[in-house]
Amino acid sequence: MATHTIRVTINGTPYERAVESRLLLVHFLRDDLRLTGTHIGCDTTHCGACAVIVDGEPVKSCTVLAVQADGSDIRTVEGLEQDGKLHPIQEGFWQEHGLQCGYCTPGMMMTSVALLGRNPNPSEPDIRHAISGNLCRCTGYLNIVKSIQYAAAQLR
Amino acid sequence: MPPRTNADVGGMGHSIKRKEDPRFIRGQGRYVDDIQLPGMLYLDIVRSPFAHARIKSINTERALKVPGVLAVITGETLEKYNLHWMPTLMSDTQMVLPTEKVMYQAQEVAGVIATDRYSAADGVDAVDVDYDPLPVVVDPFKALEPGAPVLRTDKKDKKDNRIFHWEVGNRQATDEAFAGADVTVKQDIYLPRIHVASIETCGCVADFDRVSGKLTVYMTTQAPHAIRTVVALVAGHVGLSEEKIRIISPDIGGGFGGKVPVYPGYVIAIAASVVIGKPVKWIEDRMENLQADSFARDYHIKAELAAKKDGTMTALRIKTVADHGYADAAANPSKFPAGLFSICTGSYDLKNAFAEVDGVYTNKPPGGIAYRCSFRVTEAAHAIERMVDVLAQELKMDPADLRFKNFIPPEKFPYRSALGWEYDSGNYPAALKKAMEKIGYTDLRKEQAEKRRRGELMGIGISSFTEIVGAGPSKHFDILGIKMFDSCEIRVHPTGKATARFGTKSQGQGHETTYAQIIAEELGIPAAHIAVEEGDTDTAPYGLGTYASRSTPTAGAAGAIAARKIRDKAKKIAAHLLEVSEDDLEWEPGKFSVRGAPQKAKTIQEIALAAYTNHPQGMEAGLEAVNYYDPPNLTFPFGSYIAVVDIDRGTGAVKIRRFVAVDDCGNIINPMIVDGQIHGGLTMGMAPALFEEISYDEAGNIQGGSFMDYLVPTAMETPRWETDKTVTPSPHHPLGAKGVGESATVGAPPAIANAVVDALAHLGVRHIDIPITPEKVWNILREKGVAE
Repeated sequence: MATHTIRVTINGTPYERAVESRLLLVHFLRDDLRLTGTHIGCDTTHCGACAVIVDGEPVKSCTVLAVQADGSDIRTVEGLEQDGKLHPIQEGFWQEHGLQCGYCTPGMMMTSVALLGRNPNPSEPDIRHAISGNLCRCTGYLNIVKSIQYAAAQLR
Repeated sequence: MPPRTNADVGGMGHSIKRKEDPRFIRGQGRYVDDIQLPGMLYLDIVRSPFAHARIKSINTERALKVPGVLAVITGETLEKYNLHWMPTLMSDTQMVLPTEKVMYQAQEVAGVIATDRYSAADGVDAVDVDYDPLPVVVDPFKALEPGAPVLRTDKKDKKDNRIFHWEVGNRQATDEAFAGADVTVKQDIYLPRIHVASIETCGCVADFDRVSGKLTVYMTTQAPHAIRTVVALVAGHVGLSEEKIRIISPDIGGGFGGKVPVYPGYVIAIAASVVIGKPVKWIEDRMENLQADSFARDYHIKAELAAKKDGTMTALRIKTVADHGYADAAANPSKFPAGLFSICTGSYDLKNAFAEVDGVYTNKPPGGIAYRCSFRVTEAAHAIERMVDVLAQELKMDPADLRFKNFIPPEKFPYRSALGWEYDSGNYPAALKKAMEKIGYTDLRKEQAEKRRRGELMGIGISSFTEIVGAGPSKHFDILGIKMFDSCEIRVHPTGKATARFGTKSQGQGHETTYAQIIAEELGIPAAHIAVEEGDTDTAPYGLGTYASRSTPTAGAAGAIAARKIRDKAKKIAAHLLEVSEDDLEWEPGKFSVRGAPQKAKTIQEIALAAYTNHPQGMEAGLEAVNYYDPPNLTFPFGSYIAVVDIDRGTGAVKIRRFVAVDDCGNIINPMIVDGQIHGGLTMGMAPALFEEISYDEAGNIQGGSFMDYLVPTAMETPRWETDKTVTPSPHHPLGAKGVGESATVGAPPAIANAVVDALAHLGVRHIDIPITPEKVWNILREKGVAE
């Protein structure tokens, strides 16, 4: 199996690694770099547990090859907290009980951060639309919406 | 009622923020697939494309040449160790890997072990299996017909496909009540096969240490202790003795019942690790999860209800065919093959009832587990709540009025139901009244009448359900003979902090927070100072695990009782320190003080220190206690839900405009967490009501085995839930609490189905089976000539 050398920046740290052509970005993050906060929940790009931010856009990392990410700037859940201070989206999910089992949470938060990056003042329908590619089986979404509204208010 | 403790202590009634969240919001949860051990190998599984076929040969030659592939495990490999079959939790048997034939599509056929997950998948593609297809039995009614192919040919004396016949109630008295009734109604109701689809799939890392002979398995399990015992029973003969088995259930990404059973993948991984001597990881993908793991429901119900002209319900008769797939792999208590389906008289004062269930084998995946519910309670609640509406329609009565007329009156609790349960407490009229006021029921009925005149389709649906949770009293409840108690061990340390371990295992319910609050309530030690641990069989006391809303009713109670044992000892130490008699001491959360001299007091922290530094002569040192709690009864949470739906005459789409849920789970430990449980439960109630179904074609091919077709609700379809509560404490639970995690999953489907039928009732529609898809509604609209 052919390998390729890729260079990516993840949460501000540059990495150079040789990867197999077919290696998925999510397995590169989880298995090679041991950034296990990004999860896997389906095979069909539906659940969004694997969502990360690639060059500012939310991307489902189970449907991207690691080689396709060559040269990109990636942000994962591990990069949200800065200097020991939680990101407002993390605060929001904690304060508003936006998580239960925690499995969808990293993907849900990354999608939300990307939303707030392009729309600092989203309406409830905006929020529901933005996270419609992220499945949560525990919360019924209501408190997730509140968590994102909490973060939006903090960031404004 | 205001909380007894202050916010710093955070006992019952405080919405304290969850103690488990700091790791989850940082992506630092530790789920099974996050575990990576040195030298770890990967297992991937070859699965059958046929629903029923004889295996002519399995050729592993090509697979073994794939780079990275180390071994292929087949039924023949396991047969050498007599590990090719295993018991189900219902004392049926199930193949780990087949030696003769496959019984359902996606059944495990062989396991490929490789150095990484990609090579293992390559190896799976290179295993050549030659099948000889056999006649497929998909329909459980056809399976029961004389002459149907007998599926379980492995059972020597088995001559048909019936697994069990179970009945409860007084058949004769019920038949007589029907014969003498003014009005009777009858309805076939199908609750389709569905899947819990937790966002984390199932998997394990099996790690056998050849030197010590110890097997450690990190596993997605809701019941680690029970699994340990099952592994010891299944594999004891190959040297896996129970003291050398450690099951660790780390963070679990949702369970909902799907992580109770033992799946073949776990056993293959364990066998591979034992044989090879290296850690083996198995993580199923989503399609394997949906296509092969235990399903829920698949109940074909024929329900009948008898009543007087004035609406007084007199008798209920139910006959059900339960499709269990090729093995009865439900996870019910042993004595209850149809679970707690006999709660089907619901919230109503029915004098006569009779229910029977026939379990049937078909060529489908095994199961019959719960979908976030307590052993078939959803099936029971759906049947009775639909039937009450069918009767209301027949009598031209308002469904709310009919419910009020037939509710078990509050003064009749504890109430003995016709099918033998003793309901602990309830106030059903209060809950329905509150829901009706909150949603504005009278105005909605007026709005509906006006809309009907304009040809618009709007419906209002009620569900006043009663649950039965917290299994259960040892007299009746066991799994494989192990009684369904649960446990807690508390150790209060010298500095006044505590560690508490439980026999249950949270999968998102927030036990690290709520259990700490229970102990904070009883001892006055701040919840922040109490570490709760679960899920490691080497450290936690034995318990039956978390499912069927049993954690608070059983382990939560054990926590309270263990804390009270500690308080009893603390009182003796306080009396010794204050040099008074125990009788002179008064307790308030966190301290003992001398009656009449409140300045003379010892805090629980001072007492804890004394327990290790200055304990009375003749008393054992330390401040610890264990309790194995055997509940005297189950708990019976209840609620009234009202849904308002609008139907699009062009597309048949159902929109839930409003949904009010009034729940009563007795005394509440953490209101924030209870609300969260109800939001999630409502969404998992809406899901099968409107979207989710797993069906099969005539050849046994699964229709919809991925998230492409299996429609888990997103934030777009999910309405803004409105919740409220009444509080009717359980009289027998030490905290007056009941279970709550599943109430909404049980109560929501009939509210939604009743609302849709109500929207179409004036057109002559009396029943629609769930999921009520746009296609079903659109066909009805066309048939009735009202489609746009």
